[in-house]
Amino acid sequence: MEYIPYLICFPFVAACIIFLMTNDNVRKALATVFVVAIWILTGFVAFDFISNGSRTGLLFVNTHTVDMVMMGAEVFLMLLVCTLCIKYKKYPVMLLSIIPTAMCIYTEICCEGIKHTAHIRADRFSVLMCLIIGVIGGLIVIYSINYMKGYHEHHTEVRKRVNYFTALLFVFLGAMFGLVLSANLIWIFLFWEITSVCSFLLIGYTKTEEAVNNSFRALWMNLLGGFGFAVAIVMVAFIYKNLDLIEMVAVSDKKVLVPVMLLSFAALTKSAQLPFSSWLLGAMVAPTPSSALLHSATMVKAGCYLLLRLSPALCGNAAGFGVSAVGAFTFLIASMLAITVSDGKKVLAYSTISNLGLIVTCAGVGTKATVWAAMFLIIFHAVTKSMLFQCVGAIENSTHSRDVEDMSGLVVRYRKLAFIMIVGIVAMYLAPFGMLIFKWAALKAFVDSSAYNVILVIILAFGSSTTLLYWTKWLCRIVSSGSSAKKEEDKTSKGQYFSMFVHVILAIGLCALFNVISETFIVKYIIEVFGGDVSFLSDGNIIIMAVLVGAIIIVPAIIYFMTKDVVMNIVPSYVAGVNRQDGEYFVNSYGTETKVEISNWYMEDIFGEKVLSKTCTVISSVLVIVSIVASIGGAFIW
Amino acid sequence: MVVRIICALLFIFAAPVLGGLISGIERKLSARMQRRVGPPVTQAYKDVKKLFGKTPQIVNRAQQFMVISYMFFMMITGALFFGGADLLLVFFTLTTAAIFLVVAASVTHSPYSSMGVNREMIQMMSYEPMVLLTAVGLYLACGSFNVSNMISTDLMPIVKLPGVFVGFIFILTIKLRKSPFDISTSHHAHQEIVKGITTEMSGPMLGIIEIAEWYEKVFLLGVTGLFFVTSNPLSYIAAAAVVLLTIVLEVLIDNTSARLTWKQMLTSSWIMTLVCGGINIVVLEILK
Repeated sequence: MEYIPYLICFPFVAACIIFLMTNDNVRKALATVFVVAIWILTGFVAFDFISNGSRTGLLFVNTHTVDMVMMGAEVFLMLLVCTLCIKYKKYPVMLLSIIPTAMCIYTEICCEGIKHTAHIRADRFSVLMCLIIGVIGGLIVIYSINYMKGYHEHHTEVRKRVNYFTALLFVFLGAMFGLVLSANLIWIFLFWEITSVCSFLLIGYTKTEEAVNNSFRALWMNLLGGFGFAVAIVMVAFIYKNLDLIEMVAVSDKKVLVPVMLLSFAALTKSAQLPFSSWLLGAMVAPTPSSALLHSATMVKAGCYLLLRLSPALCGNAAGFGVSAVGAFTFLIASMLAITVSDGKKVLAYSTISNLGLIVTCAGVGTKATVWAAMFLIIFHAVTKSMLFQCVGAIENSTHSRDVEDMSGLVVRYRKLAFIMIVGIVAMYLAPFGMLIFKWAALKAFVDSSAYNVILVIILAFGSSTTLLYWTKWLCRIVSSGSSAKKEEDKTSKGQYFSMFVHVILAIGLCALFNVISETFIVKYIIEVFGGDVSFLSDGNIIIMAVLVGAIIIVPAIIYFMTKDVVMNIVPSYVAGVNRQDGEYFVNSYGTETKVEISNWYMEDIFGEKVLSKTCTVISSVLVIVSIVASIGGAFIW
Repeated sequence: MVVRIICALLFIFAAPVLGGLISGIERKLSARMQRRVGPPVTQAYKDVKKLFGKTPQIVNRAQQFMVISYMFFMMITGALFFGGADLLLVFFTLTTAAIFLVVAASVTHSPYSSMGVNREMIQMMSYEPMVLLTAVGLYLACGSFNVSNMISTDLMPIVKLPGVFVGFIFILTIKLRKSPFDISTSHHAHQEIVKGITTEMSGPMLGIIEIAEWYEKVFLLGVTGLFFVTSNPLSYIAAAAVVLLTIVLEVLIDNTSARLTWKQMLTSSWIMTLVCGGINIVVLEILK
């Protein structure tokens, strides 16, 4: 247990040191050392926890001095936001920072008789989250320090502030550790706001007009969520005199539904659910490592984490119904929108939103099986999405484009990057890999939970089919190469490849080992929270899945090596008898040669942003408002 | 367990024979509907035999192992199904198999083939929701996702799942590449995109695809029969009769309808899924 405070504080210290380092090489070396240190610390925390019989560790019961420091940090954050708001003339956003901070400080000073509880709680879920944040986050930092050089060679117009950027990544990791390990709502709130402000600063890194606008959009949406969080804190403090998150969830009083819903609202904004998903799409203007960080192990997962903590209180009531409806709606719509965009990072962003929708739906339903599925979705999504973002970033640095159409023939042009890309895409949606197994588990869990959830099943069925389309399209583009495609110069550095290949190993290894994680962390956590006994996927199915994982890797490989030496006639592709015999050009009706261009379908007239956006924003806003109102009604009237 | 393994193995060895026979019968039926004599029922075998005698011609080496993987996963799909595994797992494996075919066609970088690929993906998007809802419906009717438990109920699942059955037959037409949904490729080479997804497949490779389609056909007709099977052995006769009727119906639809556009296919199949499958499942869940 004694390592936990170090784990939270160390990244902040590391950030300060990195920020002060102006020499590129020294900073690079130092950052690598710090990442390794974070891995070791995370390992210590996890090892210490497991070797102590996975007992929930409680720390910091009386924390007067630390609370003062925390309060100071809150005020500092508020001042920082206000200064930037004044600088860029975005005055209304200031209110969203000042009021919640004031509410929190007021609660802390004026609310008397609050029960003294532990401020840090390390249970199985927190430690698991720490492992995800530590491992994936660390890899992203390693990728980032190698990536930024190429980025600034390619984007000469952006002022070089790599020290600032890397420092922010470390702050982010520290805040995430703090968030998942805190038990006290005020502490969680502080870390929550740090991640909001950090992502705001990361998105605004390039300081272009678009970046500034997008960063402020991210800021106000997340601060709005923070506002809900602060209101929840005031309510819980004054009604129950207890700021412990877990104890609040366990309260069997109907009124608790209101703070639970407000916290869920904060989580929905952070997890970029509709109607708040636009901030995450806007976040892609920032350099790729920040997208990788926001989309995978941190930020959006903070929302999911909070929702999963709340989910016992969400099961079978208006708040839970609202949350799962918003999640399911987001899952479907985001996967439709992903079909219509060709910017690689945008497809990934929509896919993130869509997958988060599924996790949110699971949390909202709040049964044992859905929570189990959601926790695995978090793990697998973090690994796969981080890998895909890093790969798209590397492709962009080498080809100066991240458009899916420009990735045609990647499999010939950049063999290694194409391999990583294919593993990532396949792991996102095909049997028998991680994401699909748990989508399957979620589907089963929805059918088994209460009757109205059958609607979720139908939405999930449609969302799965649209998901299938946008990934397959991308996969086809990568493997489709004309005969003129040649190997091109790969600017990806070794550090980047290190990070990406570790992800590949994790993505495949976790499929084989998920049962171990399930047994050591997740199943026991769920028994602890929900009680009773649990069984999820049957052993028979797990064996079949394991065999299939092997088959999907080994069978094509065997066939490839068996047929490799078979002599075959290689012919140009068929172009109705008018090709130039190379499969690249055909002779048009004027007798001149035209290049064969092949591209994907985007179906903008059916699923396009223009067609769907407005309606969906309205529908989802109504859903959110109705569920808040219904929760308040449920708490006070019935 | 032994019985299940035997059934799975039986599928792997017998399905191509049965599938080829069904293809022959379909062609004969189709010919009779058009007042032609038609080829002998064994024609399908002869065609495939001839395909294997031809010199392989390929555009991209990767085609080869993708196509074989396609057939392999199609075999696994059916083997899992007849071996009584989880129906959802079976359908997911089916999707994986289908993706191998799509990838095999897109590595060729051929315009006609790519057009077929795009259309094939739309077809997948059209039938996928109903496929999942079929599994969910059978689960609600039988109380288990395992095919081995689904066949040992006392009541035919069709009684509770008329809507789901209609929806499934609808997407079966897409899956079997029958008109009006022979959009990505056709069994008749008179399409505006030549042979669509199989344009660049020739000789033995096309033969493998044919065999994979036989596997798929037997598997899909197996799912159709599943709606009628109970613990009573006599129900298998009913199931076989329904499967035969389905074949006749599919041939009839194939002969009497003109090809639709992909938009019409997408909207009609999604509406069918919602109306037939969706409502049926909601009602079933409410009554549960």
